Amino acid sequence: MGKRTPLYDAHAVAGARIVDFGGWDMPLHYGSQLEEHHAVRQHAGMFDVSHMTVVDVDGEGATDFLRRLLANDVARLTVVGKAMYSCMLRPDGGVVDDLIVYFFDRTHYRVVVNAATRDKDLAWINKQSGNFEVTVTERPKTAMIAVQGPQARQLAATVIPQQWRAAALALKPFMALEADDLFIARTGYTGEDGWELIVPADQGASYWQQFVNAGIRPCGLGARDTLRLEAGMNLYGTDMDETTSPLESGLGWTIAWEPDERDFVGRCALTEMRANNERRRFCGLLLEGRGVLRNHLRVVVDGVGEGEITSGGFSPTLERSIALARLPAGDYDRAQVEMRGKLFDVRVVKPPFVRNGVATIEV
Amino acid sequence: MQELPGDLIYTSEHEWLRQEEDGTVTIGITDHAQEALGDLVYVELPEVGQEVVSGGDMAVVESVKAASDVYSPVSGEVTGVNEALADSPESINSDPYGDGWIVRIRPSEEAAGTMTPNDYQEFVDGLDD
Repeated sequence: MGKRTPLYDAHAVAGARIVDFGGWDMPLHYGSQLEEHHAVRQHAGMFDVSHMTVVDVDGEGATDFLRRLLANDVARLTVVGKAMYSCMLRPDGGVVDDLIVYFFDRTHYRVVVNAATRDKDLAWINKQSGNFEVTVTERPKTAMIAVQGPQARQLAATVIPQQWRAAALALKPFMALEADDLFIARTGYTGEDGWELIVPADQGASYWQQFVNAGIRPCGLGARDTLRLEAGMNLYGTDMDETTSPLESGLGWTIAWEPDERDFVGRCALTEMRANNERRRFCGLLLEGRGVLRNHLRVVVDGVGEGEITSGGFSPTLERSIALARLPAGDYDRAQVEMRGKLFDVRVVKPPFVRNGVATIEV
Repeated sequence: MQELPGDLIYTSEHEWLRQEEDGTVTIGITDHAQEALGDLVYVELPEVGQEVVSGGDMAVVESVKAASDVYSPVSGEVTGVNEALADSPESINSDPYGDGWIVRIRPSEEAAGTMTPNDYQEFVDGLDD
């Protein structure tokens, strides 16, 4: 038996198929992963993300510390409640983890990291914090619920305390607010509008049930994966890890190179890689025919070289198979993928595949 | 889980077989198998006329989760394939013993090691799920 979130019983009662995810017993789906996927694209769905790790970084040195720890620059956060996506790098440029950091003030930040990497992340953060005046505190286990989809915010707003509704609905994308013991952020991992809410553990099941009553459909990790893949969002441990740099993982946009003098962990290594024109591309693939692209399949680019699919699957929105892949350098838009000994044509495209319910790639 | 149809026989690879009056055998995967696979999105079928051998590859079913080989439970010649699965692989999820059939084979020998509905039910109940 793995660790269980405060919402585990609700999943079991709802007939969820439970799987192990980074040591946690989590719902894979509640009957149909495809229907859950479409619910999020077309209406509203929700995910239990309570397994994720929430860490508060406080103290006089908090800003300096995070400017050293993260490849993105928290000095760029100037509005209270603003969130930022960043990688945390090793000195050699490998990715320790990806995360979201929320800014409250220059001495108070909140960082949300992946569940499967909790132990190594905490060890890494603590090790790096040595010379800074900061305290790093893992928040006691709470319930985290991501409500996602075009109707998600409106439906979820009927459930949260009345005095916070207007402020919550007024949140701009990538903004968060603390509403008494609730934390509400207009963020997500699906390519749809929505909120991620942190609620006290003992209220988690009650919120979940009220969201169900409001018409939000419970969705499992299966749909979460196809939604994020369509949205062209990386999954840590699959699309990038300690052996790959953000520059070869489609995450160059998350590196803050300016100002030059900011010496974040991994900067030297990245600077060298950045000058290398032969570094691998990170792209989307669209399978021209029928079949399903899967993780680790070999990609052949005629006359150029070979690469590998990092995450592949079936896109319920496009009704075609799509993938993210690390490919050799070069200018090309066609490739082939080897499946069961045969080569199949794929188009090389720029993710995302779908945003806000609409295909962004012509099929 | 659906009740197992009594007129079929089953294999430990979670396939079902129906003896047809014309001597052929219709084959599909069981409700247990489709449930474990999750939503099906693609089925690769053999060619009609192709010879298959017992225990050899016959078809591939791909779900949102994974690809799984379907092994032929008998040796023989493929006499029919369910073409409708190309556009609606989800029939295997919704009607595994009916519209979700996969192939029809004219066996060159008797299927070996099959189970009655009761035996298959016991077999499934004994699996760690």
